[in-house]
Amino acid sequence: MTITLSPPGFEVNAEGDQATVVLSGEWTLDHGRRLEQVLQELPASLTSMRRAALDMQAVTRLDTLGARVMDQLIHQLGSDGVKTDISNALPTHTKLIEAVRIRNKAVITPQRSRAMDIVVDIGRAVVNAGQDMLRGVSFIGEVVLAIGRALANPAKFRWAALVNQLEQIAFRGAPIIVLITFLVGCIVSQQGIFQLRRFGATDFVVDLVGIITLRELALLLCAIMIAGRSGSAFTAEIGSMKMREEIDALRVMGLNPVDVLVVPRILALIVAMPILTFLASMAGLFGAGLTAWIYGGIAPDTFISRLQGVITFRHFSVGLIKAPFMAIVIGAIACIEGMNVKGSAESLGQQVTASVVKSIFMVIVLDGLFAVFFASIRF
Amino acid sequence: MDMAEAQDNAAGSGAHPIIRVRDLVVGFGDKLILDGLSLDVMPGEILGFVGGSGTGKSVLTRTILGLVDKRAGHIEVFGSDLDAISDADKRQMEKRWGVMFQHGALFSSLTVAQNIQVPMREYLDLSPAMMDDLAALKIEMVGLKPDAGEKFPSELSGGMIKRAALARALALDPEIVFLDEPTSGLDPIGAAEFDELIGTLQRTLGLTVFMVTHDLDSLASSCDRIAALADKKVVAVGPLGEMLDCPHPWVKSYFRGERALARLKG
Repeated sequence: MTITLSPPGFEVNAEGDQATVVLSGEWTLDHGRRLEQVLQELPASLTSMRRAALDMQAVTRLDTLGARVMDQLIHQLGSDGVKTDISNALPTHTKLIEAVRIRNKAVITPQRSRAMDIVVDIGRAVVNAGQDMLRGVSFIGEVVLAIGRALANPAKFRWAALVNQLEQIAFRGAPIIVLITFLVGCIVSQQGIFQLRRFGATDFVVDLVGIITLRELALLLCAIMIAGRSGSAFTAEIGSMKMREEIDALRVMGLNPVDVLVVPRILALIVAMPILTFLASMAGLFGAGLTAWIYGGIAPDTFISRLQGVITFRHFSVGLIKAPFMAIVIGAIACIEGMNVKGSAESLGQQVTASVVKSIFMVIVLDGLFAVFFASIRF
Repeated sequence: MDMAEAQDNAAGSGAHPIIRVRDLVVGFGDKLILDGLSLDVMPGEILGFVGGSGTGKSVLTRTILGLVDKRAGHIEVFGSDLDAISDADKRQMEKRWGVMFQHGALFSSLTVAQNIQVPMREYLDLSPAMMDDLAALKIEMVGLKPDAGEKFPSELSGGMIKRAALARALALDPEIVFLDEPTSGLDPIGAAEFDELIGTLQRTLGLTVFMVTHDLDSLASSCDRIAALADKKVVAVGPLGEMLDCPHPWVKSYFRGERALARLKG
C-alpha cells in the first residue's frame, strides 16, 4: 500500500487590495501540523487585503480536519476584515465545510489558581477523612445489626457463602502464611542468637522468639498477608459488582447487600484469623527452633522445655484475642472501599489500593493500642 | 449460481468492493460458527447485516477486524488481503476504519473528549488546541451537547454512550465504520435519530457503513443493501425489496413475519 503524500500549501497572488489564493494538496489529518501552519501563515500574508478569493481546485483531498481548518481560516480572515469567497470547490468539499461549522462552543471552564487548589485539596482531604470515620462507624453498626439478624434467624443465614469464603481465606491462604512466618521465625531467631551470644545469653533467644512470635509477629504477619490477599479481593469483588449495578440489583430484589456480601465475608475473616494466627505461631516457633538448633546448638528438647518455662497461656492468648479485632478492621475497610467504587476502571484500582493501605495501617495502629492496653493491665 | 458468483457478478459493475470476504470458516472448539461465508461491501454504501441471535453476526465483524482467528477463507479490506500484509500496513489500515462496539467500549477512566482523542494522540501530529477543537467537532457531529465532552462514560445515558462511541469511531475520519447494533437499547425516537445521523454522516463524509442490526426500522430507513446470515453463511444480499421476495425460511420469517409486516407497511 503506497500513499503519495502531497502536503497542503497555498500561493498568494496579490493585486492591490485583492488577492487570489490558490490552495493545493491534501487537506487531511495526516498533515495536521502543516495545516496548523497554514492556518497561521495565510492570514498573516493577507493582512493588507480587503478581499480574497480562495481557489480550491488543487485541493485533492479534504477531511473533517481540512474542512475545519478552512472554516477557521474563513472565520479568522473575516475578523481581520478580509472578505473571502471560495471558488472551484468540489460539491462534496463545500458540503463538508458546511457540516463542520461548530455552532455551540463548549463552555470553557475557568482557570483556577494553584494556591487555591492546594487549599481546596487540603480541605477536601480533611472532610474525606472525617467522612471515612463516620462511614466506618455506621458501617460497623450495620454489620453488627446484620450479624444480629443472622443469629436471630440462623436458617436464613448464607452458610454456603460463609464456607466458600472460609475456603478462600483460611484454606487457600494457610500455605503462604505458614511459609512466611516460618521464614521470619528463622530470621528473628538467627539474629537473636548472634546478638545474645555476645552476652553469653544464647539460651535467652527462646524467650525472645517465643514471646515475640506469640504476642506480635504471627498475628501481624497474618493480618498483613490477609489484608493484601483477601482484603484486596473483597474490594475488587464488591467494587466490580457495584460498577455493573449488581449491588443495585440485589437492593431492588429486597436483599440487603450487607447481609448477602459483607456479613459472610467478615464472619469468615473472624473465624479464619485466629486459626491462621495459631498456624502462623506454630510455624514461626518451628522455624525459630530449627534455627536455634543449627546456629545456636540448642537441641530441640532443650528448646521446648525452655519454651514451656517461659511461655504462659497469657502470651499465647494475647495473639488470639487480638485476631478477631484485626479481622473486623480488615473486613470492614475492604467492604467499605468496595462499596465506594464509582463507575470507572481507574476508580476500582484506586479503591483496592486504598483498601490494602488503610487496612495494613489500621492493623498496625490497633496493634499498638493493644500493646498499650495489655501493658497497663499487666497481661 | 452460488452466492459467491452472484456477488462477483454484482461487483462486476465496475467498483471494487471495500471489503471482500470469500469462503470464510470460523469455529470455536469443534463447533463451526461460519462455514463458507462470502460477502462484499461496496464503497459508499450502508450495508445492514441481519441474522438470528447467536448466529455469528458479531463473530464475522470481529473476524474482519482481526479479533477472532479464521480457519479458512480470504478477507480483503481496501483491496489488500489481511493475511498477506505486514504489521505496519495493518496499522495503516486500522487508521482507515472505525469501530463502534455494541456497549460502547468507552474507556471508563477518560472523559468523552479524551476518549475521542485517544486515536488522534496515537496516530496524528496535532497541537492540543487543534485536538480539542476536533474533539468538540466530533461531539457536535454526533449530536451530543458541548458539555458532554467533559463527562465520564459512567455519567452518560445509554443513547449518549452510543453517540460518544460513534464519535470515537469517527475520530480519524475513517473510510469505513463498523457499527455493532447501533440502535439496540434506544427508544424508537432515539433510534430513528441515530439512523438519520448515520445517514447524514455517510453522505457528508462519504463513509461506508457496515451495520450489524436487528432493527427493522434501521434496515428500512437507512440501509442501501441488506445481507442476511443463516445456516452459517450469507443466504441473501440485496435491497429491502429483494429480501421480501427471498424464499429462504429464516429470511422469510424475519421480513415477512407479523411484526415485520406491521412495521414495513406502516
